[in-house]
Amino acid sequence: MADHSPLRLNVPEPEVRPGGKPDFSNVKIPKAGSVDRPPVDVPPEDIRDMAYSIIRVLNRKGEAVGPWAGTLTNEEVLSGLRDMMRVRAFDRRMLTAQRQGKTSFYMQCLGEEAIACAFRKAMEDGDMNFPTYRQQGLLIAGGYPMVDMMCQIYSNTRDPNKGRQLPVMYSSKKFGFFSISGNLATQFPQAVGWAMASAIKNDTRIAAAWIGDGSTAESDFHAGLVFASTYKAPVVLNIVNNQWAISTFQGIARGGSGTFAARGHGFGIPSLRVDGNDYLAVHAVARWAIERARRNLGPVLIEHVTYRAAAHSTSDDPSAYRPKEESDAWPLGDPVERLKNHLVAVGEWSPERHKQAEAEIDAEVLAAQKEAEAFGTLHSGPKASPRDIFEDVYDKMPPHLRRQRQEAGY
Amino acid sequence: MPRMTMIEAIRDAHMVAMERDDDVVVFGEDVGYFGGVFRCTQGLQERFGRERCFDSPISECGIVGTAIGMAAYGLRPCVEIQFADYVYPAYDQIVSEAARIRHRSAGDFTCPLTIRMPTGGGIFGGQTHSQSPEALFTHVSGLKVVVPSNPIDAKGLLIASIEDDNPVIFLEPKRLYNGPFDGHHDKPIIPWSKHPLGDVQAGHFTEPLGKAVVRREGSAVTVLAYGTMVYVAEAAAEESGIDAEVIDLRTLLPVDLDAITKSVRKTGRCVVVHEATLTSGFGAELSALVQEHCFYHLEAPVRRVTGWDTPYPHAQEWTYFPGPARIGAALAEVMEG
Repeated sequence: MADHSPLRLNVPEPEVRPGGKPDFSNVKIPKAGSVDRPPVDVPPEDIRDMAYSIIRVLNRKGEAVGPWAGTLTNEEVLSGLRDMMRVRAFDRRMLTAQRQGKTSFYMQCLGEEAIACAFRKAMEDGDMNFPTYRQQGLLIAGGYPMVDMMCQIYSNTRDPNKGRQLPVMYSSKKFGFFSISGNLATQFPQAVGWAMASAIKNDTRIAAAWIGDGSTAESDFHAGLVFASTYKAPVVLNIVNNQWAISTFQGIARGGSGTFAARGHGFGIPSLRVDGNDYLAVHAVARWAIERARRNLGPVLIEHVTYRAAAHSTSDDPSAYRPKEESDAWPLGDPVERLKNHLVAVGEWSPERHKQAEAEIDAEVLAAQKEAEAFGTLHSGPKASPRDIFEDVYDKMPPHLRRQRQEAGY
Repeated sequence: MPRMTMIEAIRDAHMVAMERDDDVVVFGEDVGYFGGVFRCTQGLQERFGRERCFDSPISECGIVGTAIGMAAYGLRPCVEIQFADYVYPAYDQIVSEAARIRHRSAGDFTCPLTIRMPTGGGIFGGQTHSQSPEALFTHVSGLKVVVPSNPIDAKGLLIASIEDDNPVIFLEPKRLYNGPFDGHHDKPIIPWSKHPLGDVQAGHFTEPLGKAVVRREGSAVTVLAYGTMVYVAEAAAEESGIDAEVIDLRTLLPVDLDAITKSVRKTGRCVVVHEATLTSGFGAELSALVQEHCFYHLEAPVRRVTGWDTPYPHAQEWTYFPGPARIGAALAEVMEG
């Protein structure tokens, strides 16, 4: 065997780096309304193409078109717009609070608001999310008090987590929001297990798993898919593809696979791809997937195609690895603007009312912030008791922890 | 009273726990139809149905990850890792998740989960069927770690673990599955049917987690042991003629400090034995606890007799395994101190 040239390692690179001109010409965007809506009991093998397309409802004129349109009343859409605006205002305020030293850390979901907000509206009370740290919209759209979220961020005396967790690692069983962990992807098979439990108990509740594009490379992602597939667990497996995992572009996690949604094919899981910046499309796809799961027809994988418009976290500077103008060039636009334009187009909204709503929501968030800060911030005012770190390690405090608590002076 | 092997006792514990509580579910690799490679779950699927006892894909992180989700829902999963040597793919789920969910959510979510795994050597299991990874779990806040040494404890402690509201790592010394083993590998095996600890009460009972038991009373030196090493230590005491008090810890986390200090303050000497490797093994923690709490009663330095700091070998098994001769020598040595 001769004449083989030396082997070479392939290390994918994004199209553009800082200083370059953003280029998304390789992102194929189908026309709104052009993707079929199959019946919820469709065999997975009949819809394999959907993992390579993008379900979209809102067209450039702001009209809701095609077979996925019409899952919400105008009133519900207006409420959805307010949810997204609330999430954005909340993020803006908490980002500032971090910069002012009122807390140590924060993570925005700028540009991704539609995904969690719309998905939450397709769920029912009692269903359970296994979120990542970038689904704050699930809480806000689910009616969880913003004050409690802020208290968690400030680690103050009213922090539901008693100051034990980093900011944004919320937990609320009552609001269907599983305790967030810093360890990526672990919640993915946990969601499948929760759904299996619901099936074991002949319940009707479903679970939703959440993961980012980067974390799909974790082994827990694959474990989650295997178990969901084997036991036909009533779970919706959400991948939020925001193109970036900190500084790493999605090509590093995706490799040679056409899309993240296509990963579901090998597991026999129906896999859809949706415009993550289109509130109406996300809601329609979520409703379809949730109905399929609730009818015991098994899991659904959804890839939400979006763009992480802000820094990864308050500890990150994206200008070091991607062009500053890249988010402006993102072809799926901004979810808030697009839904606003839709409501204006159908005569339910106006730029003036939008401005007024922005002011109302800002005031609402500010009032929540004031209330939260009355219970303390990380470095000023009262905070959770140091005594509390020894509680909840176990259901009952074992002797060695009692000794250590006393040694610590509590 | 029915005579049971440790395998039968574990099986019976499952039966009792599943009978009493519909929320107990059992799964793992080969545990369903086949009843487990060690037969510990035999008959459960037939009796309780496929939704309560089932086979899983070969994915340890998937087994533990889904079990955590089930526990968050409100079930009480009792899952099996086929060998403790294969628990590492699930380590992230155990350490970062199961152990911390209650604490990080301030009790909003809990994890009443039992993870069973055959552990230990003495069976020519080589590198990946002989390990004793207990120290990797005793270092994790939020876990309980249990190692039974006989059929009565295996049943009572397993039922207690399943009923406990905390995540429990339940390590089953597979060398003890069919009978006690004192390290004399050249002698015929005695079955549990000929041992008093094979008399296992029928029906529901528990043994408390966090409580040690004195297996052999003695006045000269305290031996802290668990699992297979309990019998090896007993043999070493008989053969050396040194009146050792052998304590079977049963639960390593939280450990029964009162039982340890009571005994060492009486004897003034202590030998710690385990199969696991020496460096940073659980023996280091035991030795430190004895030094901290019994310093003024100690007549000699605390000795540790453990596996060597090497991977578990195949052909050289009996050089590696801390047998009665090595423990006897250590007992004699501390008596000189």
